[in-house]
Amino acid sequence: MTEHGQAMDSEPAEGVSRRRFLTMAWTTLGAVATVEVGGVLLAYLQPRLAEGEFGGLVAAGLVDDFPPGSVTHIINGRFYVTRFPDGGFLALYQKCTHLGCAVPWDQTAGKFICPCHNSEFDDSGNVLNPPAPRPLDLFALSITDGQVMVDTGKPIARDAFDPGQVVYP
Amino acid sequence: MHKIFMRLAYILGENPPDRAPRRSRCSNVPLMSDDRPLERMKERLSPPPLPTDDRGRARLVLDTLILHLHPARIPKRTLRWTYTWGLGGLAGMLIGILVTTGIFLEVRYTPTAPDAYLDILNLRSDVWFGDLLRNIHHWSANLLIVVAVLHLLRVFFTGAHRPPREVNWLFGVAMLLLVLAANFTGYLLPWDQLAFWAITVGTSLVSYLPLIGEPLGRLLLGGPEVGPTTLLNFYTLHISFIPLALFGLMSLHFWRVRKDGGLSLPRRAGEALEGTPERVTTIPHLVRREGIYALVWLAAIVLFSIFVSAPLEGIADPGLSPNPAKAPWYFLGIQELLLHFHPFVAAVVIPGLAVTGLVLLPFTDVDTSSVGIWFRSARGRSIALFSAGLSLLLTSAWVAADEFVIRWTDWLPNWPSILSNGVVPLAAVGLVLLALDTWVRDRLDGNAEERVLFLFVFLFVALLVLTAVGIWFRGPGMELFWPWAMPAAT
Repeated sequence: MTEHGQAMDSEPAEGVSRRRFLTMAWTTLGAVATVEVGGVLLAYLQPRLAEGEFGGLVAAGLVDDFPPGSVTHIINGRFYVTRFPDGGFLALYQKCTHLGCAVPWDQTAGKFICPCHNSEFDDSGNVLNPPAPRPLDLFALSITDGQVMVDTGKPIARDAFDPGQVVYP
Repeated sequence: MHKIFMRLAYILGENPPDRAPRRSRCSNVPLMSDDRPLERMKERLSPPPLPTDDRGRARLVLDTLILHLHPARIPKRTLRWTYTWGLGGLAGMLIGILVTTGIFLEVRYTPTAPDAYLDILNLRSDVWFGDLLRNIHHWSANLLIVVAVLHLLRVFFTGAHRPPREVNWLFGVAMLLLVLAANFTGYLLPWDQLAFWAITVGTSLVSYLPLIGEPLGRLLLGGPEVGPTTLLNFYTLHISFIPLALFGLMSLHFWRVRKDGGLSLPRRAGEALEGTPERVTTIPHLVRREGIYALVWLAAIVLFSIFVSAPLEGIADPGLSPNPAKAPWYFLGIQELLLHFHPFVAAVVIPGLAVTGLVLLPFTDVDTSSVGIWFRSARGRSIALFSAGLSLLLTSAWVAADEFVIRWTDWLPNWPSILSNGVVPLAAVGLVLLALDTWVRDRLDGNAEERVLFLFVFLFVALLVLTAVGIWFRGPGMELFWPWAMPAAT
């Protein structure tokens, strides 16, 4: 407290002086205002929801379009449909879990090989070769009236392939 | 006329002959009773009366503006060409070129997909000198990174980062990061395959930050992947926020140079400095040199840009990553690290440690007795040279060994990859550095500043080697090839 301030209003025996109270009030209000402005700007900058960005619910094709033991690239949906030899389906997001490159399916090698850092995945998305830290993400797949429908709104991250993820017609 | 020359002579530091007592800022006459308040205000707001001849007029304007950036007189020693190499001024000039060409590019560019790419094609084929302006902008931006890093090296190797200039060093580090950010955001704008995948790879690094990584990445990209929103975000950062921040820091940087007593004084090892260094006037000694230097560089950049085009590939295709997909060249050192470490270590821990190291550098050895001597001493020069050679050898050997021999994940099969491929190799590298430092201390009898010098040179050359490997030795599948046997990218 400045000399001037002390002269103006002497410190009361207990409680806070008027000057100190005002200082605290200003500081608090300033902090609240900062948080508010920060919150407003952060909310403003939030990405508008990407749901349906690449189609939302994408019709991948008829069940019979996918021969057992095949991997098919659905380009506009940005995913692969794997059909296992036993007839089960899996929809894999094409984005490499390492650094986001689009992973191509290598038909002759029978695996996904990422061009960016050489990560490799099998047809169920499991990591065969690092540096990818986890299997390829899944999209929810459903089969209605013989149509294979894939919800590309939300990628599903997983630690490992599990037979429960496979969808049967 | 006479008044102007006296004023100039005063600015330039000559003793003015019988200078009349300066008129007080506040007139002795009270404002209320002044019968000419408007005239007086006008006089204060307007520049001093101009000389009658054109040459003198131009000269006066130029002189006063330049004297804002430079002191009127500078120590003659600091003019020594092989001390500064004119790097700071060159960086400033490049930023000037970038702002100028950038403004012109803006009026022929739309930050939306796919128009952005079509605009670049137009720039190349339909706009008069559009290609030239783009090339000048592109090459100046790349040169700026090189020049900024060389400037940092010059300051460190002459010890000029030490107190009292440590704050200016920090401004410099901040500006280096901003220059990298400016380059990175600009890289996306052509919206070609090169841009799209380099930015995809570069921004994916952000997602490895603990906790805030995922939301921060979404915020930056404006969605889960690089897309139209990303382009607009980056464009906005590139043309407003980053230049504004850079301008503010540049002002602070120049101001601190003067406040810290100008440049550090160059001298040879073992040479003592006389009490008061000989001073010369900034005009013409410094300004003339700067002018010539700037013109030569400008000519070189324009000439280069006439003959060498900035790269442009096919339009961005989110479904097809090129093979190999590489980050911009200045981040290839980090991308190379990604081949050797878990992403969290390669993209977060190591760059974080590097920036922290740069920030702490002026506080590691504060002995200012060697300021102004290249590499601290003759011995320091040998140590730096030795360190550079050793790093060249060890880093290349390590890259090759990690490619063909070392298999951390196979050796530690049941460990999570953050440990087996991250912490363990990092600890191994740390141990090697510690051993080298101990060796310099005990065997070479190195003091604090020599140990810092050794480690700095070692790590910097390691970064150079990793960057060079990333640029020239990595081919399809990010496998190692000799540059002359490099298969074509697909």
